Amino acid sequence: MILIVVEYANGKVSKSTWEMVTAARELGREAPITALVLGSNISAVAAEIAKAVDQVLVADLPALAQYDPEIWSAAVAQIANEGEASVVLIGGSRSGREYSPRVAIKLDAPLLEDVISLKASGETLSAQHYTYLARVTETIEATAPIAVVTIKPGVFNPASPRAESAEQFDVDLNLPMPRLKVTGKTAERSSRVSLTEAEIVVSGGRGVGSAEGFTQYVEALADQLGAAVGATRAIVDAGWRPYSEQVGQTGKTVQPKTYIAVGISGAVQHLSGMNKSKTIVAINRDAEAPIFKIADYGIVGDVTQLVPAILTELRK
Amino acid sequence: MRILTFLRQVLDAEESVHIANNTVALENSKLVMDTMDEYGVEEALRLREGGIEAEIVAVAVGPPRVQDALRTALAMGADRAIHVETDVRLDAIALSKVLAQLATQEEATLIFSGGQQADWDSHALAAATAERLQWPQVTWTSALELAGTTLTGKHDADEGSESFTLELPAVVTTQQGLNEPRYPTLPNIMKSKKKEMRKESLDQFDVTPKLKFVSAEIQVKNRLNKILDGKDVPAAAAQLVDLLRNEARVIA
Repeated sequence: MILIVVEYANGKVSKSTWEMVTAARELGREAPITALVLGSNISAVAAEIAKAVDQVLVADLPALAQYDPEIWSAAVAQIANEGEASVVLIGGSRSGREYSPRVAIKLDAPLLEDVISLKASGETLSAQHYTYLARVTETIEATAPIAVVTIKPGVFNPASPRAESAEQFDVDLNLPMPRLKVTGKTAERSSRVSLTEAEIVVSGGRGVGSAEGFTQYVEALADQLGAAVGATRAIVDAGWRPYSEQVGQTGKTVQPKTYIAVGISGAVQHLSGMNKSKTIVAINRDAEAPIFKIADYGIVGDVTQLVPAILTELRK
Repeated sequence: MRILTFLRQVLDAEESVHIANNTVALENSKLVMDTMDEYGVEEALRLREGGIEAEIVAVAVGPPRVQDALRTALAMGADRAIHVETDVRLDAIALSKVLAQLATQEEATLIFSGGQQADWDSHALAAATAERLQWPQVTWTSALELAGTTLTGKHDADEGSESFTLELPAVVTTQQGLNEPRYPTLPNIMKSKKKEMRKESLDQFDVTPKLKFVSAEIQVKNRLNKILDGKDVPAAAAQLVDLLRNEARVIA
């Protein structure tokens, strides 16, 4: 079977999961596409994904209420072994990329990380992924009876649900005790559209001047366009914005249809998180800023004057 | 206790990438210790300066040039270095086999490694090493404290950050924001030249990579580069909105 580990949030299947369904279908193998749902109180998620796959395995257990890399990897490896999976697809989220190596070691399998394409020919999987802070596209190959693959979010087209639902099966798991104890969380949820799923992202950097400037220019523009907001490492470190909005090497990777960079000079670490966006728009004071080299459209000038003028124009 | 800090030598982030013969050519480019790994070296030094008795061993796998990165770690204050020499490019799963064996041989109880490698963009080394050792892991740490064998701190998760506590042994990944790595001083650079740099051959680790690297290319997306002068603010704003609406058709 081809195993997909379902990613979800707030009781809804995440876009990244629908993208994994497409990746699984495109492999063109005879094996059934199987979705594995891990968690607690997840019947709605299982029912939703049943409309896209051949079978659904559900582990609805209190012990799975909280993600843990050791528990998740043990669960996935056990199901992959029992079901004689040939490919295990895991989301390229921070957590997916954290527990997938453990799954690969348990299964003695190769790991293809954060892939943007995936093809099968016999037992050989061929994939592309980005390297060198997303500046290079590399082709990799692995030949093995089973392989673990993490799928980069936002690249594959999300699959659409079908009318009929696949059968669901409850599974038993032998789970380890968690050793990493989470003692507190800083949940940073925004009322706006999710950063990694948004069609338009408006991001701000130091050039917005202050936390107030971010609200005045970046958030106002985002709200006018129905966009998500992003931020650079520098202003997250400065405490102007929460970490959940950070775009770049140590934050989120986004590739929306339109990325609008406001007051961002474009350090390579930031660019690696957004340089695959379809259309890039930059507004910055410094004409020499690297962001302009990868921009489709831009204005060299003062953010504090230009953004209000753009807002006036948009409201016309 | 003994702390291993795993280092990689990578292209300086400010350098351009060049491709030759289907692979990234590093000759004639400035190479540095991966900054994400540097935070691990610094954190190990800080734990010791904070009163933890620890020997700090820097480890790197690769061609002879990676000794430069190890020398930097020694000059920062690490006690000794181990260089596993090979010209073979090892994926993270293969590399973890070397690191796990060294951790066992050295009786280490804490391993630091960068959260993401600046060359292969991989996140996998720490978790793969932890799995081989049957140790827990904590990734993307932004604050750490060690009391006895209890490690507490903060790390970044899918959404927001989490406080955690963990019993050693463990593998920990580091990133920008955890600390501010020190620059080696001249006396420390001189002293580091006398520190032990042990060379090992890859053969004894019995490593067979499962991943084949086929090719690398730089796919430059052609950008329109229509950059307007913003001196006339209302005109520039109107022109940009018009381009986005009617040419790119990306906004309503």
